Amino acid sequence: MSLNRDQIAMRVAQELQDGYYVNLGIGIPTLVANHVPEDIEVMLQSENGLLGIGPYPTEDQVDADMINAGKETVTAALGASIFSSAESFAMIRGGHVDLTVLGAFEVDQNGNIASYMIPGKLVKGMGGAMDLVAGAENIIVTMTHADKRDNSKLLENCTLPLTGVGCVKKVVTNLAVLEIKDGAFHLLERAPGISVEEIQKKTAGTLIVPEHVPEMTL
Amino acid sequence: MSGFNKVVSTYEEAMAGLSNDMTIISGGFGLCGIPEGLTQEIKKSGVTGLTVVSNNCGIDDFGLGILLKGRQIKKMVSSYVGENAEFERQYLAGELEVDLTPQGTLAEKMRAGGAGIPAFYTATGVGTAVAEGKEVKQFKGRDYILEESITGDFAIVKAWKADKIGNLVYRETAMNFNPMAATAGKITVVEVEEIVEVGELNPNEIHTPGIYVNRVIQGTFEKRIEKLTLAQN
Repeated sequence: MSLNRDQIAMRVAQELQDGYYVNLGIGIPTLVANHVPEDIEVMLQSENGLLGIGPYPTEDQVDADMINAGKETVTAALGASIFSSAESFAMIRGGHVDLTVLGAFEVDQNGNIASYMIPGKLVKGMGGAMDLVAGAENIIVTMTHADKRDNSKLLENCTLPLTGVGCVKKVVTNLAVLEIKDGAFHLLERAPGISVEEIQKKTAGTLIVPEHVPEMTL
Repeated sequence: MSGFNKVVSTYEEAMAGLSNDMTIISGGFGLCGIPEGLTQEIKKSGVTGLTVVSNNCGIDDFGLGILLKGRQIKKMVSSYVGENAEFERQYLAGELEVDLTPQGTLAEKMRAGGAGIPAFYTATGVGTAVAEGKEVKQFKGRDYILEESITGDFAIVKAWKADKIGNLVYRETAMNFNPMAATAGKITVVEVEEIVEVGELNPNEIHTPGIYVNRVIQGTFEKRIEKLTLAQN
Protein backbone atom coordinates (compact mmCIF):
# COMPACT_ATOMS: atom_id res chain seq x y z
CA MET A 1 0.00 0.00 0.00
CA SER A 2 1.17 3.46 -0.87
CA LEU A 3 2.14 5.50 2.21
CA ASN A 4 0.06 8.49 3.27
CA ARG A 5 1.66 11.79 4.23
CA ASP A 6 1.88 10.87 7.88
CA GLN A 7 3.50 7.51 7.12
CA ILE A 8 6.12 9.18 4.91
CA ALA A 9 6.90 11.44 7.88
CA MET A 10 7.10 8.37 10.17
CA ARG A 11 9.67 6.79 7.89
CA VAL A 12 11.73 10.00 7.73
CA ALA A 13 11.65 10.21 11.53
CA GLN A 14 13.63 6.96 11.62
CA GLU A 15 16.56 8.90 10.14
CA LEU A 16 16.74 11.23 13.17
CA GLN A 17 19.59 10.76 15.61
CA ASP A 18 19.98 11.80 19.22
CA GLY A 19 21.37 15.33 19.45
CA TYR A 20 20.51 16.34 15.88
CA TYR A 21 19.67 19.93 14.94
CA VAL A 22 17.05 19.53 12.22
CA ASN A 23 15.31 21.87 9.79
CA LEU A 24 11.93 20.66 8.59
CA GLY A 25 10.38 22.25 5.50
CA ILE A 26 6.72 23.01 4.91
CA GLY A 27 4.21 20.20 4.21
CA ILE A 28 5.08 16.56 4.86
CA PRO A 29 8.44 17.47 6.47
CA THR A 30 6.62 19.44 9.20
CA LEU A 31 4.79 16.22 10.16
CA VAL A 32 8.11 14.56 11.01
CA ALA A 33 8.05 16.49 14.30
CA ASN A 34 5.07 14.35 15.40
CA HIS A 35 7.10 11.15 15.11
CA VAL A 36 10.38 11.86 16.88
CA PRO A 37 11.29 8.62 18.72
CA GLU A 38 10.78 9.00 22.46
CA ASP A 39 14.29 7.88 23.40
CA ILE A 40 16.10 10.64 21.48
CA GLU A 41 16.29 14.42 21.64
CA VAL A 42 16.31 16.63 18.59
CA MET A 43 16.19 20.42 18.29
CA LEU A 44 14.10 21.80 15.44
CA GLN A 45 15.32 24.89 13.61
CA SER A 46 12.92 27.31 11.97
CA GLU A 47 14.63 29.60 9.47
CA ASN A 48 12.66 32.69 10.51
CA GLY A 49 14.83 32.73 13.64
CA LEU A 50 13.95 30.03 16.16
CA LEU A 51 16.07 27.10 17.32
CA GLY A 52 13.89 24.84 19.45
CA ILE A 53 10.38 24.74 18.00
CA GLY A 54 7.86 23.68 20.63
CA PRO A 55 4.34 22.31 20.21
CA TYR A 56 1.50 24.29 18.67
CA PRO A 57 0.03 26.65 21.29
CA THR A 58 -3.15 26.26 23.28
CA GLU A 59 -5.63 29.07 22.74
CA ASP A 60 -4.23 30.91 25.77
CA GLN A 61 -0.66 30.61 24.52
CA VAL A 62 -1.27 31.96 21.00
CA ASP A 63 1.14 34.81 20.26
CA ALA A 64 1.23 36.55 16.87
CA ASP A 65 4.95 37.21 17.42
CA MET A 66 5.71 33.50 17.66
CA ILE A 67 5.53 31.65 14.36
CA ASN A 68 7.44 29.00 12.42
CA ALA A 69 8.76 29.26 8.86
CA GLY A 70 5.38 28.02 7.59
CA LYS A 71 3.82 31.06 9.34
CA GLU A 72 1.96 28.79 11.76
CA THR A 73 1.65 29.84 15.39
CA VAL A 74 4.06 27.84 17.57
CA THR A 75 5.63 27.85 21.02
CA ALA A 76 9.29 27.72 22.00
CA ALA A 77 10.68 24.46 23.37
CA LEU A 78 12.63 24.37 26.63
CA GLY A 79 16.14 25.58 25.78
CA ALA A 80 15.08 27.45 22.66
CA SER A 81 16.86 30.51 21.30
CA ILE A 82 15.59 33.31 19.08
CA PHE A 83 17.68 35.30 16.63
CA SER A 84 17.65 37.26 13.38
CA SER A 85 17.26 35.88 9.86
CA ALA A 86 20.95 36.59 9.16
CA GLU A 87 21.99 34.55 12.20
CA SER A 88 19.56 31.81 11.20
CA PHE A 89 21.07 31.46 7.75
CA ALA A 90 24.59 31.64 9.15
CA MET A 91 23.67 28.39 10.93
CA ILE A 92 22.22 26.92 7.76
CA ARG A 93 24.82 28.12 5.27
CA GLY A 94 27.63 27.38 7.68
CA GLY A 95 26.69 23.70 7.79
CA HIS A 96 25.68 23.62 11.46
CA VAL A 97 22.30 21.99 10.85
CA ASP A 98 22.62 18.19 10.94
CA LEU A 99 19.63 17.27 8.80
CA THR A 100 17.34 19.10 6.40
CA VAL A 101 14.05 17.60 5.25
CA LEU A 102 12.19 19.31 2.44
CA GLY A 103 9.58 18.71 -0.24
CA ALA A 104 10.09 18.96 -4.00
CA PHE A 105 8.32 18.89 -7.37
CA GLU A 106 11.12 16.84 -8.95
CA VAL A 107 14.46 15.28 -8.13
CA ASP A 108 16.85 13.67 -10.57
CA GLN A 109 19.45 10.93 -10.56
CA ASN A 110 22.27 13.45 -10.17
CA GLY A 111 20.86 14.79 -6.93
CA ASN A 112 19.40 17.95 -8.46
CA ILE A 113 16.19 19.26 -6.95
CA ALA A 114 13.39 21.50 -8.32
CA SER A 115 10.96 22.78 -5.73
CA TYR A 116 10.13 26.45 -6.11
CA MET A 117 8.67 27.40 -9.45
CA ILE A 118 6.58 26.21 -12.37
CA PRO A 119 7.27 28.79 -15.09
CA GLY A 120 4.19 30.63 -16.31
CA LYS A 121 1.98 28.92 -13.77
CA LEU A 122 3.13 29.13 -10.24
CA VAL A 123 5.34 31.70 -8.61
CA LYS A 124 5.94 31.19 -4.95
CA GLY A 125 9.64 31.71 -4.56
CA MET A 126 12.38 29.58 -3.08
CA GLY A 127 12.14 30.94 0.46
CA GLY A 128 15.02 29.38 2.36
CA ALA A 129 15.19 26.20 0.30
CA MET A 130 18.16 27.21 -1.85
CA ASP A 131 20.17 28.15 1.23
CA LEU A 132 19.16 24.93 2.99
CA VAL A 133 20.18 22.63 0.15
CA ALA A 134 23.43 24.54 -0.40
CA GLY A 135 24.36 24.45 3.27
CA ALA A 136 23.32 20.98 4.41
CA GLU A 137 25.44 17.85 4.16
CA ASN A 138 22.46 15.67 4.93
CA ILE A 139 19.29 16.30 2.94
CA ILE A 140 16.19 14.13 2.69
CA VAL A 141 13.51 14.96 0.12
CA THR A 142 9.94 13.85 0.76
CA MET A 143 7.48 13.68 -2.13
CA THR A 144 4.97 11.50 -3.88
CA HIS A 145 6.72 9.19 -6.32
CA ALA A 146 4.55 10.26 -9.25
CA ASP A 147 2.04 13.04 -9.92
CA LYS A 148 -1.72 12.58 -10.22
CA ARG A 149 -1.37 11.52 -13.86
CA ASP A 150 1.26 8.95 -12.86
CA ASN A 151 4.14 10.96 -14.31
CA SER A 152 7.31 10.15 -12.40
CA LYS A 153 8.89 12.85 -10.25
CA LEU A 154 12.16 10.92 -10.03
CA LEU A 155 13.78 11.87 -13.30
CA GLU A 156 16.91 11.53 -15.38
CA ASN A 157 17.05 15.34 -15.49
CA CYS A 158 14.82 17.82 -13.69
CA THR A 159 12.65 19.78 -16.11
CA LEU A 160 11.69 22.64 -13.78
CA PRO A 161 13.97 25.45 -12.54
CA LEU A 162 16.45 24.04 -10.05
CA THR A 163 16.61 24.81 -6.35
CA GLY A 164 19.99 23.14 -5.97
CA VAL A 165 22.53 21.09 -7.88
CA GLY A 166 23.92 17.69 -6.86
CA CYS A 167 22.75 18.02 -3.27
CA VAL A 168 20.05 15.41 -2.62
CA LYS A 169 21.29 12.07 -1.31
CA LYS A 170 18.10 10.50 -0.04
CA VAL A 171 14.44 10.49 -1.12
CA VAL A 172 11.49 9.12 0.82
CA THR A 173 8.33 8.77 -1.28
CA ASN A 174 4.94 7.15 -0.80
CA LEU A 175 6.39 4.05 -2.48
CA ALA A 176 10.05 3.78 -1.56
CA VAL A 177 13.22 4.94 0.14
CA LEU A 178 15.97 5.68 -2.36
CA GLU A 179 19.55 6.81 -2.20
CA ILE A 180 21.08 8.94 -4.95
CA LYS A 181 24.69 8.23 -5.83
CA ASP A 182 26.89 7.72 -8.88
CA GLY A 183 24.25 9.20 -11.19
CA ALA A 184 21.44 6.80 -10.28
CA PHE A 185 18.62 6.14 -7.85
CA HIS A 186 19.34 3.12 -5.65
CA LEU A 187 16.27 1.41 -4.22
CA LEU A 188 16.75 0.80 -0.49
CA GLU A 189 13.27 -0.02 0.78
CA ARG A 190 9.78 -0.34 -0.57
CA ALA A 191 6.49 0.61 1.09
CA PRO A 192 4.59 -2.36 2.57
CA GLY A 193 2.87 -4.29 -0.21
CA ILE A 194 4.42 -2.25 -3.04
CA SER A 195 6.21 -4.30 -5.67
CA VAL A 196 9.62 -3.51 -7.13
CA GLU A 197 7.94 -3.51 -10.56
CA GLU A 198 5.58 -0.70 -9.57
CA ILE A 199 8.50 1.38 -8.30
CA GLN A 200 10.41 0.67 -11.52
CA LYS A 201 7.39 1.71 -13.57
CA LYS A 202 7.09 5.00 -11.71
CA THR A 203 10.79 5.91 -11.70
CA ALA A 204 11.82 7.67 -14.91
CA GLY A 205 15.48 8.05 -13.95
CA THR A 206 18.00 5.22 -13.78
CA LEU A 207 17.02 2.88 -10.96
CA ILE A 208 19.41 0.35 -9.46
CA VAL A 209 17.57 -2.49 -7.77
CA PRO A 210 19.48 -4.85 -5.47
CA GLU A 211 18.57 -8.50 -5.28
CA HIS A 212 16.67 -8.09 -2.05
CA VAL A 213 14.60 -4.96 -1.35
CA PRO A 214 13.20 -5.02 2.18
CA GLU A 215 9.83 -3.58 3.10
CA MET A 216 9.84 -0.53 5.35
CA THR A 217 8.95 -1.05 8.97
CA LEU A 218 6.80 1.74 10.31
CA MET B 1 20.17 64.77 25.22
CA SER B 2 17.73 66.25 22.70
CA GLY B 3 20.33 65.78 19.97
CA PHE B 4 19.80 62.03 20.18
CA ASN B 5 16.05 62.09 20.60
CA LYS B 6 14.67 60.13 17.64
CA VAL B 7 11.01 60.14 18.59
CA VAL B 8 8.53 61.60 16.11
CA SER B 9 4.84 61.95 16.85
CA THR B 10 3.15 61.59 13.45
CA TYR B 11 3.45 59.10 10.61
CA GLU B 12 3.91 62.03 8.19
CA GLU B 13 7.06 63.02 10.07
CA ALA B 14 8.15 59.40 10.28
CA MET B 15 8.15 59.01 6.49
CA ALA B 16 9.11 62.58 5.57
CA GLY B 17 11.36 62.67 2.51
CA LEU B 18 9.81 59.64 0.83
CA SER B 19 9.38 60.17 -2.90
CA ASN B 20 8.71 58.28 -6.13
CA ASP B 21 11.16 55.59 -7.33
CA MET B 22 12.87 55.13 -3.97
CA THR B 23 14.09 51.81 -2.56
CA ILE B 24 12.48 50.74 0.72
CA ILE B 25 13.75 47.86 2.83
CA SER B 26 11.18 46.36 5.16
CA GLY B 27 11.56 44.02 8.10
CA GLY B 28 9.09 41.22 8.77
CA PHE B 29 8.47 37.57 7.97
CA GLY B 30 5.01 36.92 6.62
CA LEU B 31 2.79 39.18 8.72
CA CYS B 32 4.98 38.72 11.79
CA GLY B 33 7.02 41.72 12.91
CA ILE B 34 5.90 44.08 10.14
CA PRO B 35 5.78 47.88 10.45
CA GLU B 36 2.03 48.12 9.94
CA GLY B 37 1.49 51.85 10.38
CA LEU B 38 4.53 52.87 8.32
CA THR B 39 3.27 50.70 5.46
CA GLN B 40 -0.14 52.40 5.73
CA GLU B 41 1.61 55.77 5.61
CA ILE B 42 3.43 54.80 2.39
CA LYS B 43 0.07 53.86 0.93
CA LYS B 44 -1.41 57.18 2.02
CA SER B 45 1.50 59.15 0.55
CA GLY B 46 0.65 57.80 -2.89
CA VAL B 47 4.30 57.49 -4.00
CA THR B 48 4.88 55.15 -6.94
CA GLY B 49 7.70 53.37 -8.74
CA LEU B 50 8.99 51.89 -5.50
CA THR B 51 11.51 49.09 -5.22
CA VAL B 52 10.59 47.16 -2.10
CA VAL B 53 13.00 44.73 -0.48
CA SER B 54 11.22 42.40 1.92
CA ASN B 55 11.19 38.65 2.50
CA ASN B 56 7.47 38.50 1.67
CA CYS B 57 4.91 40.89 0.26
CA GLY B 58 2.12 40.66 2.81
CA ILE B 59 -1.27 39.33 1.80
CA ASP B 60 -3.79 40.91 -0.54
CA ASP B 61 -5.28 43.32 2.01
CA PHE B 62 -2.62 43.61 4.72
CA GLY B 63 1.04 44.49 5.04
CA LEU B 64 2.94 45.30 1.84
CA GLY B 65 0.07 43.79 -0.15
CA ILE B 66 -1.76 47.10 0.16
CA LEU B 67 1.02 48.84 -1.81
CA LEU B 68 0.80 46.23 -4.55
CA LYS B 69 -2.91 46.75 -4.82
CA GLY B 70 -2.39 50.48 -5.34
CA ARG B 71 0.27 49.80 -8.02
CA GLN B 72 2.86 51.69 -5.98
CA ILE B 73 5.51 48.99 -6.35
CA LYS B 74 7.58 48.70 -9.52
CA LYS B 75 9.92 45.99 -8.30
CA MET B 76 9.94 43.48 -5.42
CA VAL B 77 13.01 41.77 -4.05
CA SER B 78 11.69 38.82 -2.02
CA SER B 79 12.27 35.16 -1.29
CA TYR B 80 8.71 33.93 -0.97
CA VAL B 81 5.50 35.44 -2.27
CA GLY B 82 3.21 32.41 -2.21
CA GLU B 83 0.57 33.94 0.03
CA ASN B 84 -0.31 36.81 -2.25
CA ALA B 85 -2.61 36.23 -5.24
CA GLU B 86 -2.38 39.81 -6.49
CA PHE B 87 1.42 39.52 -6.52
CA GLU B 88 1.26 36.40 -8.65
CA ARG B 89 -1.24 38.01 -11.00
CA GLN B 90 0.82 41.21 -11.51
CA TYR B 91 4.00 39.21 -11.98
CA LEU B 92 2.60 36.72 -14.47
CA ALA B 93 1.01 39.63 -16.39
CA GLY B 94 4.41 41.32 -16.59
CA GLU B 95 3.25 44.34 -14.59
CA LEU B 96 5.62 43.81 -11.69
CA GLU B 97 9.36 43.22 -11.75
CA VAL B 98 10.45 40.54 -9.32
CA ASP B 99 13.89 39.59 -8.14
CA LEU B 100 13.37 36.27 -6.37
CA THR B 101 16.23 36.05 -3.92
CA PRO B 102 17.02 33.12 -1.61
CA GLN B 103 16.05 33.96 1.95
CA GLY B 104 19.51 33.62 3.47
CA THR B 105 21.06 35.58 0.62
CA LEU B 106 18.46 38.30 1.15
CA ALA B 107 19.23 38.52 4.86
CA GLU B 108 22.94 38.65 4.15
CA LYS B 109 22.49 41.27 1.41
CA MET B 110 20.84 43.54 3.98
CA ARG B 111 23.38 42.72 6.68
CA ALA B 112 26.31 43.35 4.32
CA GLY B 113 24.69 46.52 2.98
CA GLY B 114 24.41 47.93 6.46
CA ALA B 115 27.95 46.84 7.34
CA GLY B 116 29.63 48.50 4.35
CA ILE B 117 30.39 45.29 2.49
CA PRO B 118 29.48 45.73 -1.20
CA ALA B 119 29.27 42.03 -2.12
CA PHE B 120 29.94 38.52 -0.87
CA TYR B 121 30.34 34.99 -2.20
CA THR B 122 27.84 32.27 -1.35
CA ALA B 123 27.15 28.72 -2.49
CA THR B 124 23.42 29.37 -2.35
CA GLY B 125 21.95 29.34 -5.85
CA VAL B 126 24.96 27.93 -7.69
CA GLY B 127 23.76 26.19 -10.86
CA THR B 128 20.27 27.73 -10.62
CA ALA B 129 18.51 30.69 -12.23
CA VAL B 130 19.71 32.81 -9.30
CA ALA B 131 23.29 32.46 -10.56
CA GLU B 132 22.56 33.83 -14.04
CA GLY B 133 24.82 36.76 -14.88
CA LYS B 134 26.76 36.50 -11.63
CA GLU B 135 30.47 35.90 -11.19
CA VAL B 136 31.37 32.35 -10.14
CA LYS B 137 34.54 31.73 -8.18
CA GLN B 138 36.02 28.59 -6.64
CA PHE B 139 37.21 28.44 -3.05
CA LYS B 140 38.65 25.15 -1.74
CA GLY B 141 37.25 23.31 -4.75
CA ARG B 142 33.67 24.52 -4.43
CA ASP B 143 31.81 27.03 -6.61
CA TYR B 144 30.36 30.23 -5.14
CA ILE B 145 28.49 33.12 -6.72
CA LEU B 146 29.05 36.81 -6.07
CA GLU B 147 26.00 38.53 -4.59
CA GLU B 148 25.80 42.30 -4.21
CA SER B 149 24.58 43.82 -0.99
CA ILE B 150 21.51 46.05 -0.66
CA THR B 151 20.93 49.43 0.92
CA GLY B 152 17.72 51.45 0.83
CA ASP B 153 16.66 55.08 0.78
CA PHE B 154 14.41 54.08 3.66
CA ALA B 155 14.32 51.11 5.98
CA ILE B 156 11.05 50.48 7.79
CA VAL B 157 11.36 48.37 10.91
CA LYS B 158 9.11 46.94 13.61
CA ALA B 159 10.51 46.52 17.12
CA TRP B 160 8.97 45.70 20.49
CA LYS B 161 10.55 48.46 22.55
CA ALA B 162 12.70 51.46 21.79
CA ASP B 163 14.16 54.02 24.09
CA LYS B 164 14.03 57.63 22.97
CA ILE B 165 17.48 57.46 21.39
CA GLY B 166 16.57 54.53 19.19
CA ASN B 167 18.04 51.53 20.99
CA LEU B 168 15.81 48.60 20.03
CA VAL B 169 14.63 45.33 21.47
CA TYR B 170 12.64 42.83 19.43
CA ARG B 171 10.28 40.20 20.75
CA GLU B 172 10.08 36.48 19.87
CA THR B 173 10.23 35.63 16.15
CA ALA B 174 9.02 39.13 15.27
CA MET B 175 12.76 39.89 15.18
CA ASN B 176 13.38 38.09 11.85
CA PHE B 177 14.65 40.53 9.18
CA ASN B 178 14.22 43.65 11.30
CA PRO B 179 17.77 43.93 12.74
CA MET B 180 19.35 43.74 9.27
CA ALA B 181 16.80 46.09 7.72
CA ALA B 182 17.52 48.59 10.50
CA THR B 183 21.17 48.81 9.49
CA ALA B 184 20.59 49.14 5.74
CA GLY B 185 18.49 52.29 5.36
CA LYS B 186 19.83 55.78 4.65
CA ILE B 187 16.85 56.77 6.79
CA THR B 188 15.77 54.05 9.22
CA VAL B 189 12.32 54.46 10.71
CA VAL B 190 11.19 52.20 13.52
CA GLU B 191 7.62 51.59 14.64
CA VAL B 192 7.39 50.16 18.15
CA GLU B 193 4.89 48.88 20.68
CA GLU B 194 6.40 50.87 23.50
CA ILE B 195 8.78 53.81 23.83
CA VAL B 196 10.68 53.93 27.12
CA GLU B 197 13.00 56.42 28.77
CA VAL B 198 16.72 56.27 28.15
CA GLY B 199 18.24 53.95 30.75
CA GLU B 200 15.24 51.67 31.02
CA LEU B 201 16.61 49.14 28.54
CA ASN B 202 19.41 46.92 29.78
CA PRO B 203 22.47 47.70 27.59
CA ASN B 204 23.31 43.99 27.56
CA GLU B 205 19.97 43.14 26.01
CA ILE B 206 19.73 45.70 23.21
CA HIS B 207 19.44 44.02 19.82
CA THR B 208 19.90 47.10 17.61
CA PRO B 209 21.99 50.02 18.88
CA GLY B 210 20.47 53.46 18.31
CA ILE B 211 23.23 54.54 15.94
CA TYR B 212 21.39 52.80 13.10
CA VAL B 213 18.06 54.46 13.85
CA ASN B 214 16.89 57.87 12.64
CA ARG B 215 13.24 58.02 13.69
CA VAL B 216 11.08 56.20 16.22
CA ILE B 217 7.31 56.27 16.31
CA GLN B 218 4.83 54.75 18.73
CA GLY B 219 2.62 52.43 16.67
CA THR B 220 -0.58 50.53 17.18
CA PHE B 221 -0.58 47.01 15.84
CA GLU B 222 -3.29 44.69 14.65
CA LYS B 223 -0.78 41.78 14.57
CA ARG B 224 -2.83 39.70 12.21
CA ILE B 225 -2.12 35.95 12.35
CA GLU B 226 -1.62 34.26 8.99
CA LYS B 227 -2.11 30.64 10.06
CA LEU B 228 -3.60 30.04 13.45
CA THR B 229 -2.57 26.53 14.48
CA LEU B 230 -3.50 25.13 17.86
CA ALA B 231 -2.47 22.15 19.97
CA GLN B 232 -4.69 19.15 19.25
CA ASN B 233 -5.92 18.60 22.80
